[in-house]
Amino acid sequence: MAEEKINLKEVFQAPLMSLNPVILQVLGICSALAVTSNMKTAFVMSLAVTIVISCANLAVSSIRNIIPGSVRFIVELTVIASLVIVVDQFLKAFAYRLDKELSVYVGLIITNCIVMGRAEAFAMKYPPLPSLVDGLANGLGYSIILLTVGTVREIFGSGTWFGLTIFPLAKDGGWYVPNGLLVLPPSGFFLIGLFIWAVRSSKRYAKQVEPAQFEIVKE
Amino acid sequence: MEHYISLLVRSIFIENLALCFFIGMCTFIALSKNVKTAIGLGITVIAVQTLVVPVNNLIYTHVLKPNALIDGIDISFLGFITYIGVIAACVQILEMVLDRYFPVLYQALGIFLPLITVNCAIFAGVSFMVQREYDFTESIVYGIGSGSGWAIALILIAAVREKLKYSEVPAGLRGLGITFITAGLMAIAFMSFSGISL
Repeated sequence: MAEEKINLKEVFQAPLMSLNPVILQVLGICSALAVTSNMKTAFVMSLAVTIVISCANLAVSSIRNIIPGSVRFIVELTVIASLVIVVDQFLKAFAYRLDKELSVYVGLIITNCIVMGRAEAFAMKYPPLPSLVDGLANGLGYSIILLTVGTVREIFGSGTWFGLTIFPLAKDGGWYVPNGLLVLPPSGFFLIGLFIWAVRSSKRYAKQVEPAQFEIVKE
Repeated sequence: MEHYISLLVRSIFIENLALCFFIGMCTFIALSKNVKTAIGLGITVIAVQTLVVPVNNLIYTHVLKPNALIDGIDISFLGFITYIGVIAACVQILEMVLDRYFPVLYQALGIFLPLITVNCAIFAGVSFMVQREYDFTESIVYGIGSGSGWAIALILIAAVREKLKYSEVPAGLRGLGITFITAGLMAIAFMSFSGISL
């Protein structure tokens, strides 16, 4: 396993787009939908997830040779849970209001499939350095989606970006009437659905398109 | 009694885990291709949720809470690691009990059980219970309610997807894309419950 030469550049690039964890592998959707109604929470969440994945991958990969196969899930979960506790305590100490806003979603990083999936699929097989790169890349791939969805939702939903006014709202004397739907939770589903559609319609990712289960016969 | 009924209704409909908090989405999208699987998974989630939320409630009130174990000591920061350990242990025990006493049920649910440990729905149920400081009885009701709410949403979307197979969807939107749009529409439908005041 370690003998084969690992192309670090490829390890880094793949998860950013062609193997993006959120839109192409459908992992870690919960938080991608829930915390993206404004940029601040989306940014903190993506930062937290990136840190947790990178550290978890590094830690799991460094001890991969001494973990007995039968208990590896528990070991991975313990490593991830400890890291999430650190992140949570840090947020509680330095950004208490944000921590309250993120509520249970910080804790849910533990059960975020991306973190678990990368620890299981990559870190258990490869040496620490590529694992760290893989974790970082997957975290960034996740962040790209989170920040894009967050940008769309905050700009069109409340006319601001990171709290800065982009479109002056009509009620404050500006011209923009915000689209209330985008602040509500369901819009996350629509945006990710449309995002998937856009990606799969481009030529490069055309092979991602799922085959039709039934032929539609037109009269 | 009224209080518990309103908590039950609230946790099933108004604060539906899947459609209002987007919890357990990975499984929600991945395992909703047919109704039969969805029912199996739904029942498993209800069972595990009903077991795990009260157990964690006991552990929280008697061990982790500030001043619970020893006066002046607050170990609530160990919360996450304890809950996930308790969930893993409970799932393991449930699996063994089912295997020993209800082999038929085990055959049907067996494949879902290991998945449940990392299902966000269970962990989120526990986190919400701690955050909202439910007492023991409330936590039983909340466990049943939140599990059922998630299961209902899963079975509903599976039923819609079974019909969707026969419809003409644009190529890029097929499968995953249309599932998200459907879930979004369902979430809007469920939002109408938020008008209920109890």
